[in-house]
Order: sequence, then structure tokens, then C-alpha cells
Amino acid sequence: MAAGRATNAAEPGAAQDAGHAVEHVALTLADQLPMLLILVPLVAAPLIVLLGSRRLAWPLAYGAATASFVMAVFLLMRVIGGEVISYHIGGWAPPLGIEYRVDSANAFVLFLVTGIATVVLPYARTSVAAEVDGQHGTLFYAMFLLCFTGLLGVVITGDAFNVFVFLEISSLSTYVLIAAGAVRDRRALTAAYDYLIMGTIGATFFVIGLGLLYMATGTLNMADIAERIADQTGNRTVRAAFAFIVVGVGLKAAIYPLHLWLPNAYTYAPSAVTAFLAATATKVAIYVLMRFMFSVFQPLYLVEVKTLEFIIIPLALLAMFAASVIAIFQTDLKRLLAYSSLAQIGYMLLGIGFLSETGLTAAIAHLFNHGITKAALFMGVGALVLRFGNSYCDGVAGAGRTMPWTSAAMVIGGLSLIGVPGTAGFISKWVLVQGALEAGWWPVAMLIVLSSLLAVVYVWRMIETLYLQPAPERAAAGEAPLSMLVPMWLMALACIWFGLNTELTLGASLSAAKGFMAGSPGLILAGH
Amino acid sequence: MRHHLILRVVTKLLVGAIILFALYVQFHGDFSPGGGFQAGVIMAVAFIIYGVVFSLRQAQRVFPPWLVHKLLALGVLIYAFTGLVSMALGYEYLNYGAFTPHHPEHGQHWGILIVELGVGVTVTGVMVAIYYAFAARPPTISDKDW
Repeated sequence: MAAGRATNAAEPGAAQDAGHAVEHVALTLADQLPMLLILVPLVAAPLIVLLGSRRLAWPLAYGAATASFVMAVFLLMRVIGGEVISYHIGGWAPPLGIEYRVDSANAFVLFLVTGIATVVLPYARTSVAAEVDGQHGTLFYAMFLLCFTGLLGVVITGDAFNVFVFLEISSLSTYVLIAAGAVRDRRALTAAYDYLIMGTIGATFFVIGLGLLYMATGTLNMADIAERIADQTGNRTVRAAFAFIVVGVGLKAAIYPLHLWLPNAYTYAPSAVTAFLAATATKVAIYVLMRFMFSVFQPLYLVEVKTLEFIIIPLALLAMFAASVIAIFQTDLKRLLAYSSLAQIGYMLLGIGFLSETGLTAAIAHLFNHGITKAALFMGVGALVLRFGNSYCDGVAGAGRTMPWTSAAMVIGGLSLIGVPGTAGFISKWVLVQGALEAGWWPVAMLIVLSSLLAVVYVWRMIETLYLQPAPERAAAGEAPLSMLVPMWLMALACIWFGLNTELTLGASLSAAKGFMAGSPGLILAGH
Repeated sequence: MRHHLILRVVTKLLVGAIILFALYVQFHGDFSPGGGFQAGVIMAVAFIIYGVVFSLRQAQRVFPPWLVHKLLALGVLIYAFTGLVSMALGYEYLNYGAFTPHHPEHGQHWGILIVELGVGVTVTGVMVAIYYAFAARPPTISDKDW
């Protein structure tokens, strides 16, 4: 849209007054992609509020998400080979100006977040109409887009403080989205409040960490910080900053002992919100953790401070087992899946903990694969909620007979969660085991396999509930509407597709892992 | 507040002056301390003090809640569209130099003014919306609401 006019508009001005201003080469639409990706949902959100039309809200939200998705695909295709795009907002070069920087790591996460939003929104239409107060329907989509914008912004920006700003945008809207579940269950309000307190503590820790970094370096651009702290490894301010940032982001990512907000938030939020958040929010936090650990503090620093060996890996192993065991004893399917998410976050942390290219590849691939798996599963549970009004194991027993398609999609998602060969979950766990063996930690490899057996137990519990238990005597509920089945199956089929064809996931993950292991690429002053 | 004659008269006198001061801070923001945030808060104070003294109902007649909600969104859109225009002209987002390529300083002057206007509108809206939300809350919570 802008490209055609852009190329024409700037040239006459530059030609007339070449003496005054430096000749400006007009940016094309392709150059503007990193900004437009954020801007489209950011503009659509207030537009929904301004128009205030219940009919226009959903199409606008869906259009914005789809546009972002298309742009994310283009960006991913451009950077997957290892190129780095730098966009200078307002034309101010970093480190003074805010920079958006796209490399294969964040382009891949952008692809995941936009993809999930594009799939979840069609699903949300029916689900949200049933679970959220009708008069808040319009505002719900505005909030959803704001949350979406925030997540995208966190991922794309190359400015440390900008991460905090976008983190707050996404967090604040997430609290509202979770609280919107109060129509179905009042406990959503306390869940949202818990998350608000925990999330704010996390954000505060994060910003204190940034403040300390700023104190030590006098800059906020990530690449610039990286350059300036490289020779300050013994500096206590920098160490404190590292600790604050890891704990702060860890709260957002729900690293095991910092996870208390997550189960309730996922259980009581509207189903569409749970599907979206489970597939994106914690993944984005994991990405931020990796970005700060590897691009700002750099791998050598991690070797020196030993945080990974003594804190991250033990906690990851703890999460894999403790959360899985807790999941086995849940009586609510949503809650069961929420605890399984915590366990899966353990795998990603373990991948990071190996501090090797293979480990990081596994972490990033699992981030994506688990995202689509959980989206499929939570959308399945959301369909059960629509028909049965709850997600308790007793309440939805025997749903396999009345809702065969929904249940089948959940089985596929469940298999991917366990890591059965032929599903997406298998690929990332395989690479993770490889990473463990590569490091010579075969006991850890055994533990990965053992914890997968725990996943078998809780997924079996889900399957048993759906298929083997007799349905309670009451009017049989029908299958979920097509608008929910199609997105659900898209994700379920994606679980199989990415389990068979690993070119995209492993290719992008490997490229991202290489980028991370290489440390900071330094400042990019030229560029857009 | 019906019997507080002094408060009512002084408020009537002050509201106009407060709004004028808000506009001053708003449009002088690029030369001196001030700008959209401060101006927005001062502007909102005019409505809030009116609401406190003359009752919420009166304030909402002057500045109805639906208008407040629209203004919230409008301010953000003013900001975002300023940037979109500079993008359409072939420059980076929010590169105000795009408006007057032969003399970027002029463009920057105009750009910051428009953007600050957007900030001012949104901040006014947010402050008043927060006041309305708190003031319009029912005094006690019924059992059903728990």
C-alpha cells in the first residue's frame, strides 16, 4: 500500500533541495515490514474501541492478525539464512534510537505467535460469545490485539527497555483477558489478581535488572550493552542485573518454583485465551530469557557465572517431574494441561542449560512444537467447555462418543505432548536427548525419557476420560461447530506435519541457535 | 456539596483556568517542560474537580463516559497515524523529517506537536475514565458479586 507512493514521494523533495538535506532513499514496503508487523495490530486495537461496533470487532482483529502473520512469514523467509534486519524507529540510529532487530531466532517466534493468533481468532468467535459477557465482546478483541501486539513487540525489539514496555502492554491486557473468564467461573478474578501480583513482581525485577545494566553501561540498546559489559564480567552490578533479569523473566516464563500463577490463570481464563496464552505468552518469556542470556550477557558469561548448571538445570529437571506428577492427579482437564505446560517449560530450560548448539536448537524447536501442541489441546478442551459447560473429568466423561472429532484432535495433541514418533513433540525431545548425550550427560537423557513416561500417564488419563468412561445420563451434547473444529484440526495436523517435515522447525531453530551461541552480533548502524 | 458555596464558586472560576493552563502546557511542550502527559493530567483534573464538587452525574453530562472511551482510542490513533504518514512518505515510522524533507527541523516540530496532542487526548481520557470507574462504583458489594 505505502510502497508505490513512497518511492515517488521522496525523490522530488530530495532533488529540489539537495544542498540542504542528505538525499533520502525512500523505504519500500519490504523495509517497513518489521514496524508494520507491530503497527497493524496496535492500530487495529484502538480502532475497534473507537468504532465500538460489535460486528466489526472480530473481522478487524482477524484481519490484523492475518496481516501480521503474512508479514512474519516474509520476515522469517528473509532472515532464516542468517541475515539480520535492523529497523531504526524515527530514523534515529541505535544506540540512541530504538531499534527493531529481526534475526532467525525472533522471526521464528514471531511466526509462532502470529500463526497461533491467526488460528485462535476464528476459534474464539464462537467460544468467546459463549464464555464472555456479550457487552464486552468488542473490548475483548481490542484487549486480545493489545496482548498480541505486546508479545510481538517483546520479541522483535532490540532495545532492552522497549522489551519492558511491551512486556507490560502484553501483561496488563493478559490480566484483563484472564479476568474475562469470570462469567463462566468467578475464580477467574482471583486467578487474574494472583497473576497481576506475580507478574508485576516479575516485571519489577526485570526493570530493576535493566536499571542496574543501565548503571553499568549507560545504554539500553541490547547490542550496545553486550559490547560494554563484555569486559565487566566481574562487576557486581552486572551480576546483580543478571540475577534480577533471570528471576523477573523467570516469573513470566513460569520456571518451576515461580509458576504459582499459571495453573489458575490457564484454568479459569476463557478457553480461547488459554489456547492463545499457553501457546505464546510463556514461549515469548522463554525467548526473552534466551535473548538476554545469550545476546546480551553472551555465552562466555554464562560459563563463568554457572547459573545454568546450578540453578536452571536442577529447576528444569524438577519441573519435568514435579509438574508432571501433579498433572497426573488433576481432576480438571484444563488444569491438567496447565501443569503439563510447566513440565514442558522444563524441557526448554534444560535445552538452554546444555549451553550447546544442539541444546538451544532443541529448546527453540520445543518452544514452537509445544506451542502448536498446546494450542490444539486447549482448543479441544475449549470445545468441551462449550458443549458441557465445564472441563472437569467427571463432567466431560465419555465425550469421545458425542464429540468424536474434538476428541480425536485431542488425542493427536496428547501424542505430540508425550513425544510419540511422527508428531512434533518427538522431534524436539529427540534433539534434546541428542544434546544431553553430546554433553555426555546420559543420566539426564534417561530422565528426559522417564519424564515422558509420566506424560504418558496423564495423557492416558485424558484419553480414558474421553473414550473409556461411560457418559453420565443426560442429554447428549453434539459436536463442536465447524468454526472451532477447523482451527483445532489445523493445529492437530500441524503437530503431525511438523513431526514428519522438520525442515522449517529444525532449520529455523538451528539457525537461531547458531546466532545465540555466537553471542552479540554488535551494533548495526546502517540500515533502516 | 450543595452547602459549600465557596467551593462551588471557586471551582467554577478555576475550571476554565485549569483547562487553559492544560492547553498552554500542551502546546508549549516542545519549548519548555511539559507536553502531552502533563497536559492530559491537568486537563483531566478540570473534569475531576468538577465531578468532585458538582457530583459525578453533572460531570458525566458534560463529558459522557462513552466519549471518554472514544477519546482513549482516538489519542492512540492520532499518534499511530502520524507515524503511518511518515511511513507512507518513504521514511521510518515516526521520522517527522518526512513531512518537510527539505527542512527536517520543521517537520520534527510539527510531528512532535501532533504526537503530543495524541498523548494528551489519551491521557485525559484515561485519567477521567479511572475517576469515573472509581467514583461510579457501588458503595457496597452485594453477595452476588463475590
